[in-house]
Amino acid sequence: MAVPLLETRDLTMHFGGVRAVHNVNFTLAEGELRCLIGPNGAGKSTFFKMLTGQLEPSHGRVLFRGRDISHAHAHEIARLGIGIKTQVPNVFDGLSVRENIWLAASRIHSVRHANGVVDEMLARIGLIPAADRLVGQLAHGQRQWVELGIVLSTDPVLILLDEPAAGMTHEEVQKTAELVREINRTKALIVVEHDMQFIRMIAKQVTVFNQGRVLVEDAVEDILRNPLVRDIYLGKQAAA
Amino acid sequence: MDLVVLVAIQVLYAIASLALISVGLAIIFGMMRVINLAHGEFLMLGGYAAIVATSNGMSIWLAMLVVAPIVVGIIGVIVERTIIRFLYGRMIDTMLATWGLSLFLVGLTTAMFGNTTVGISAPLGSFQIGAYRTSVYTLFVIAVATGVLAGIYAVMRWTRLGLLARGTMQNANMAAALGVNPPRVYAITFGVGAALSGLAGAVLAPVSGVFPTIGVAYVAKSFITVIGGGAAILSGTASASVLFGTINQIATFATTPVFGEVALLAAAIVLIRLLPQGITGRFFRRGL
Amino acid sequence: MNDRALNVIGLALVGVVGAAFLILTPRFAELDAVLELTVFMIMAILALSLALVWGYGGILCFGQSAFFGLGAYTYAIAMFNIGESTGPLLLAIGLPAAFAALLGYFMFYGRISDVYLGVITLTVTLILFNSVNSTAGPEFHIGVARLGGFNGIPGIPPLNIPGNKAAPVDLEGMFYLATASLLATYFGLRWLLASRFGRIIVGIRENERRAELLGYDPRVYKLATFTVGGALAGFAGCLFANWGAFVSPTIFGLAQSAQIIIWVIVGGRGTLIGPIVGCIGIQWLTTALGANQPSGSDWMTNLMANAPFILGIILVAFVLLVPRGLVPTLGDIGHWLLRLRARPAAPSLKPKQAEEG
Repeated sequence: MAVPLLETRDLTMHFGGVRAVHNVNFTLAEGELRCLIGPNGAGKSTFFKMLTGQLEPSHGRVLFRGRDISHAHAHEIARLGIGIKTQVPNVFDGLSVRENIWLAASRIHSVRHANGVVDEMLARIGLIPAADRLVGQLAHGQRQWVELGIVLSTDPVLILLDEPAAGMTHEEVQKTAELVREINRTKALIVVEHDMQFIRMIAKQVTVFNQGRVLVEDAVEDILRNPLVRDIYLGKQAAA
Repeated sequence: MDLVVLVAIQVLYAIASLALISVGLAIIFGMMRVINLAHGEFLMLGGYAAIVATSNGMSIWLAMLVVAPIVVGIIGVIVERTIIRFLYGRMIDTMLATWGLSLFLVGLTTAMFGNTTVGISAPLGSFQIGAYRTSVYTLFVIAVATGVLAGIYAVMRWTRLGLLARGTMQNANMAAALGVNPPRVYAITFGVGAALSGLAGAVLAPVSGVFPTIGVAYVAKSFITVIGGGAAILSGTASASVLFGTINQIATFATTPVFGEVALLAAAIVLIRLLPQGITGRFFRRGL
Repeated sequence: MNDRALNVIGLALVGVVGAAFLILTPRFAELDAVLELTVFMIMAILALSLALVWGYGGILCFGQSAFFGLGAYTYAIAMFNIGESTGPLLLAIGLPAAFAALLGYFMFYGRISDVYLGVITLTVTLILFNSVNSTAGPEFHIGVARLGGFNGIPGIPPLNIPGNKAAPVDLEGMFYLATASLLATYFGLRWLLASRFGRIIVGIRENERRAELLGYDPRVYKLATFTVGGALAGFAGCLFANWGAFVSPTIFGLAQSAQIIIWVIVGGRGTLIGPIVGCIGIQWLTTALGANQPSGSDWMTNLMANAPFILGIILVAFVLLVPRGLVPTLGDIGHWLLRLRARPAAPSLKPKQAEEG
């Protein structure tokens, strides 16, 4: 079998006595699009933070194309090709949209080449009219787009999206879903989302997190029919 | 043997004076997350308050133990109400503003008292340890430091004020929801921190004399003691004082007082590098 | 008029005013005034070093005077030992830079937070002050240079034309050198900040975590910024030792550190011209206050002539009332006025860039 793009083995994160993520074994193939769902506090964001080097796992391992990145720095992981759009837009608020994209693009391109890449990306995320405005002054939805643009500009192999549709209008959600599908033609993605409609638009395979563990992993239709999943989303304690 | 006793007393004295000059700052930092760069000047004002009171005929004990804390405590409350309260949550701006306050106070006292050292002679005389003499006042400073730390422990542990303080320390919003008034708690806290600094400055005045820029001599030492100690006010101040005081005194014996001080500061920088959360960030986490 | 045009006009303006100042001052000003202006220029270079480190790099350095003092002491000691000034000058830049790199490595790679950075840098400069202050005895010497402790080192030989010991720089020459150095530093920093490196350090200041997640190692960039800042401060220190032919430990003192911070706060973080203006303004003010030092006993007058007192009030007032500093605040007002006038024609004027100045 081919080496998976991303694999975690018994990945665990403790905060004091609290187990935010516990023994998670997760595998993602090259080019795959996976959705991650689960109630608040299920450990999804902590999981993402460990994948990107923002948190060091208590134990267990993260392998990226077979290479152990459990203890790598965030910037090293980014350079290997994992990009992340965080839950709350994490952008350079004091800089213009163009400056934001430029900073990302110039990590992989020469200064001259970067300017061209920036123009392309501005067009792709539809922010040409706002290119010279400060990102901090933009609406929430637009800042989400800026962050997506930033992440795409570093041309990663794997993109992690933490609630990309949160706070978006119905129209924006559809546009985002389209973009996610388009990105998936060339890149692998893991998407955390609560919006079931959005999941339906994009997902094939879904992993469900609950209380820091993987509850179930299945095709999207089966997940949506799964009574266990319905229970945890309705707030009932799953008999796990 | 006599030398050992003498050295032990000196080490204890170094620890006690470090704890004494730091505890006011520790209270303000631990409970309010405010780094008060005018801390050294609060100590200096305590010294002047005691000296002015004694030169007006007051008993030196009353001047040191009552007048100085009250005067500096009142100044602390005024400072909190006029400057600090506008800057909560802006830690760096608070540092800058209190640095400005420090310059202001140095200038003010220079204009009022002149740029010379004034002193009060240490009371209590001296006593003999074998071949060596040492002053009784040294023991007094150790006793005051012990008393202050014990007092803080008692207040934090057993009084309503201490409970409120711990609540506000943990979570200001939670405390507000329970009906505590954080602005008032903050003003009182800052006042108490300032008062203890005033006390420390007064108690140390007979040892070091007082002059407008004496705060500089104190400020770095008290900062690193507080930061080295970490967020827990009492156990942090105590543990960092023990560590740094011992290093300081032993280096002083081995070389000169100046290099004793340098060793202390250098040790502190290394400690902060190793334990960025301070000693109590790693050990004694549940301390007060 | 767009920002790029404004930018070019600004640069040209600084160039023209600077060049005119450089050429005309010695012809029209008294020697005293030239001497005083020289020290203003030197201090402005020091102000620029902190403008880079703090204003653009976001590194809270409360002890920039450590590098300034090291530069001055290094120059003095090397000069007594070597005699020809090229080596001492290079050492006075290189040694503080190396020290900054060492300290920076210790702090940034130790992931020490902002606030503690301030306290550590402050402590470092106090350590230097204490150490140097206590080297008055004859046993403290480096080569033939005595450290002099609290007495300082007097009679430091001036810089000479490179390679020619017999051609020292005179007072007027010092003015030209200091002013030209300031202009070169200003334009050099403008270039640096417009480069890829400069834009990245501003990005890191804005959002360190984001920069990391894009693949930039903030530690490397902060370390480089801090080192450049140390080198610049050391260079200013070298010029300062030249200017007065004297250096003493007060150069490491808290008062000196506070001054540098005040220049940058007053002028504005995130600009270069601001700290220069702040530095020259404050220097002028303290000189004026010192000159008016009354001999009388009236303590109110004493107070008004008291530099720390006035500087303290200025610092508190700026933090509370003008936290962004003069230049950015005036810039905002200017933009606002422009927008008022241009409202019907151009409803969305381009907002201010983070790195104007």
